[in-house]
Amino acid sequence: MSQFYTSVDHFALVPALMLALFGCAVLLFDFFVFPAPRQRKWLVLLLALGIGFAALGLVRQYAFLKSEGLAEFTAFRGTLTIDGFAIFFNGIFLAASLLVALVSYRYLEIEGEHHGEYYGLILLANCGMYFLATGTDLVTLFVGLELMAICFYIMVGFLRLDRRSNEAAIKYLLLGAFSSGFLAYGFSLMYGLAGSTRLADITAALAARPPWDPLVFLAMATTAVGLFFKVSLVPFHMWAPDAYEGAPTTVTAYLSVASKAASFALLVRIFLGPLAGTRAVWQPLLAAVAVATLTVGNLAAVTQTNVKRLLAYSSISHAGYILLGLVAGNPTGIKGIAVYLLVYTFMNLGAFLVLIALRRQQILGEELDDLSGLMHKSPAHAILMLIFLLSLAGIPPTAGFIAKYYIFWALIQAGQYWLAAIAAAYVAVAVYYYFRIVRSMFVSELSEREPLASSFGLRLALGVTGVLTLAIGVHPEPWLELAQNSVLLR
Amino acid sequence: MSEHLLSIILFTPLAGMFILLLIPSRRTDLIRLWANIAGFAGFAVSLPLLWRFDKNAAGFQLVERYEWIPSLGARYIVGIDGISLLLVLLTTLIGALAILSSWSAIQEKVKQYYAMFLLQQTGMLGVFLALDFFLFFVFWEVVLVPMYFIIGVWGGPRKLYAAIKFFLYTLAGSVLMLLGILTLYFQHFRQFGYYTFEIAELMKLDLPLGIQQWVFWAFFIGFAIKVPMFPFHTWLPDAHVEAPTAGSVILASILLKMGTYGFIRFSLPLLPKASIDPRIVKILVGLSLVAIVYGALVSLMQQDWKKLVAYSSVSHLGFCTLGIFALNPNGLAGSVIQQINHGISTGMLFLIVGIAYERRHTRAIAEYGGLAHVMPKYATVFAIAMLSSAGLPLLNGFIGEFTILQGAFEANRLWAAIASLGIILGAAYLLWLYQRTMLGQITNPKNLRLPDLNLRELAVFAPLIAWAIWIGVYPKPYFEVLEKPVAEILQRVRPEYWEKASALAAAPLGVLR
Repeated sequence: MSQFYTSVDHFALVPALMLALFGCAVLLFDFFVFPAPRQRKWLVLLLALGIGFAALGLVRQYAFLKSEGLAEFTAFRGTLTIDGFAIFFNGIFLAASLLVALVSYRYLEIEGEHHGEYYGLILLANCGMYFLATGTDLVTLFVGLELMAICFYIMVGFLRLDRRSNEAAIKYLLLGAFSSGFLAYGFSLMYGLAGSTRLADITAALAARPPWDPLVFLAMATTAVGLFFKVSLVPFHMWAPDAYEGAPTTVTAYLSVASKAASFALLVRIFLGPLAGTRAVWQPLLAAVAVATLTVGNLAAVTQTNVKRLLAYSSISHAGYILLGLVAGNPTGIKGIAVYLLVYTFMNLGAFLVLIALRRQQILGEELDDLSGLMHKSPAHAILMLIFLLSLAGIPPTAGFIAKYYIFWALIQAGQYWLAAIAAAYVAVAVYYYFRIVRSMFVSELSEREPLASSFGLRLALGVTGVLTLAIGVHPEPWLELAQNSVLLR
Repeated sequence: MSEHLLSIILFTPLAGMFILLLIPSRRTDLIRLWANIAGFAGFAVSLPLLWRFDKNAAGFQLVERYEWIPSLGARYIVGIDGISLLLVLLTTLIGALAILSSWSAIQEKVKQYYAMFLLQQTGMLGVFLALDFFLFFVFWEVVLVPMYFIIGVWGGPRKLYAAIKFFLYTLAGSVLMLLGILTLYFQHFRQFGYYTFEIAELMKLDLPLGIQQWVFWAFFIGFAIKVPMFPFHTWLPDAHVEAPTAGSVILASILLKMGTYGFIRFSLPLLPKASIDPRIVKILVGLSLVAIVYGALVSLMQQDWKKLVAYSSVSHLGFCTLGIFALNPNGLAGSVIQQINHGISTGMLFLIVGIAYERRHTRAIAEYGGLAHVMPKYATVFAIAMLSSAGLPLLNGFIGEFTILQGAFEANRLWAAIASLGIILGAAYLLWLYQRTMLGQITNPKNLRLPDLNLRELAVFAPLIAWAIWIGVYPKPYFEVLEKPVAEILQRVRPEYWEKASALAAAPLGVLR
């Protein structure tokens, strides 16, 4: 038996340690060092430092893999695996956390619920996500998932005096706990079948059984249900619109991108790892779920008048597109999932950022009418929103097109022509509801003249997301190379 | 400098747009002036094509190629042959004139309007210049967004409906086309082991008929909606009627040509087996003939001046697709020339409707009558445009329609017979329109004091009339420019036909020489 805590273990753990350490530091400093409301900006700085150190850890891991020519290295005897996939997804999480924290400052002040622990929760949630992307052990994965989820339960209900926020938090908590139960059940079955919690051992054990083994099927089905809840795939999507609408918009943004990306990372790890042998069984199932998700997400979005709710349904439909990458199951599809989640993080975050700018004292700013005539009032916001919406719809030359392109390409490669045609047809439906927002902004008359909320953080975050949404579309090569590493998973 | 001619043509309007965005919105006259400068600069930089283009050279000319997205195999490749040369020149000229014609028609959100127009100009030029399928698709989609805004913001009463209908129709078609492109892309990988979108590379593919047919139909949906061919034409009357005048001009003169251009550039050479498949040819020719006759009949019935012109487009574009699928030199060359002609004539007709609308704010034909008495210059211009559209000899329309009919006759006499019915009906609805609006006594007192064309409006029409007469009187240069590309396409699609034709030593376009 080797040492319990080696330097390799430490190396693999550094980013998570940094996130946890700074997360706890934020919680403590909030009480003891910077208790005054005016000092909260130092907490944001602390958060930025934590994310910076975690990012440094990631960069060093990446450099190590590159310099040694390794595809991956494991730590804690196979509990954590650092590979291109993990580093890529962790990069997404860190970027999302930082952007969300930047815009939250002003937003929470307007909401009147500005508390220091919010920033601690962001860091701790991010810490949970780290284990979702790097973990290759059922227990680690489950604990990571719960850490992330519990932080989100609190953040969704962060507006204590707002009934919608409370309702959203309770719904999310109950359904989330329910889905975690399913997931735990699936995990325990896998453990029972393999006698080990490590994914590599489970993969070997399940491969030895026939694909239609009822126990394997049960393990697959329960795990799938749990994961489908987390990424809001039909028919387990019901919590998403309510939770998205009720949560503070900054949390909605964070939930819709980071939590979704982390859960997809887990989903891909499980389905292409332990469950890879039963591909023949889950592939048609996933195809059906993806089509149902596209249908429900897109059709329900058409009638929404609340933009947050509309974006919630649109994010359900995006989950459907991402899942199609897994249905195709080829390297292009996996790379497509990575590219899609990267692009989706920036474009969806960007769309929510515009809604955050619309939230002002006395004005909720989340109805379709609140966007009326935005082009007159603030052309910069209107044009940025247009870019985000075009990207969400998948119109070139925005980043969203590259993402959808990969999914279509993977499906054609896999010979799934009908799925590709269905997915393509829903692009037209999506354009319809995204352009209802565009119509409001550019054609309708002004509804009110109150200027938009603005802060340095908000402008910076909008700028970054806007530039990236265009840049990944016009010059995708460097980003595709980044994503290329994540295919090494197989 | 000179080796980047096509890129300069492509990006001049875009550069103009970025500079336009720097001008403060309240300086409307400065914005108008700059937009016109940018528009005409776009035309001016395309003029060197006239002498830089070598009509005797085979293949594509002035080609520029750069790596763009190596991991997808997408490159920035632009180049022209005779077909795209004509369409590029049409685009730069009509674009500049459409901008000029908007001077007094657009009074609100002036800056956004011209910005959209210039952006669209780059998009359309990109479609005609791109020789890489990925690049082509990007430009194809880029065009949709500005046109959505031009219709949706500056359009008529039902503008929102028309704008989103236009957008959704075209988008639905183009995503299916994307799947077709991806199929070719993937098949190329299977045969050659690397991914590329380059048209010249994709042409090397040897695909079985079955796959070609599927891809053909995927392309068909995309292109046929754009043309628009018969069952997919319903977006067109709405979009045309609701769009502002300059928007209608661009839509009719250039946007529709993207569809026919797609058939010629992509469907025929990339899918030769499917393109000569008798069933497919029958369906496409059938739809073209239906469009010709149906479009003309519906035009006859219109009470709305602009809608009449819109439906006449359906009929005229039917000729273009008929010419393509006659699959012989006369048909193809005639089709391209007819596309230019339609751009000139229908562009003029929409401008004419726009001028009447600007003065009277109605498009009902019954509101007009006897305008020739108060607006003689206007009536003269209208007469020329109308006759050119109706296909009167010595004007451009005749050359195109005649050549297409010649091609159709060679392929199947019945096709030519039905199509000539369209010409007769075309003359009927156009002459009747002219009679009802221009001739007779002025019955409506509101028409008594309408001002005639001013200098700016005349300046918009003058180049178009000159071009119409040039094509009508001396079309030889156009046929010469088209000879090589048409021959290359037909050699790919119908090699055996081509051998026979050259054995007979009969110059394929002999009649008009």
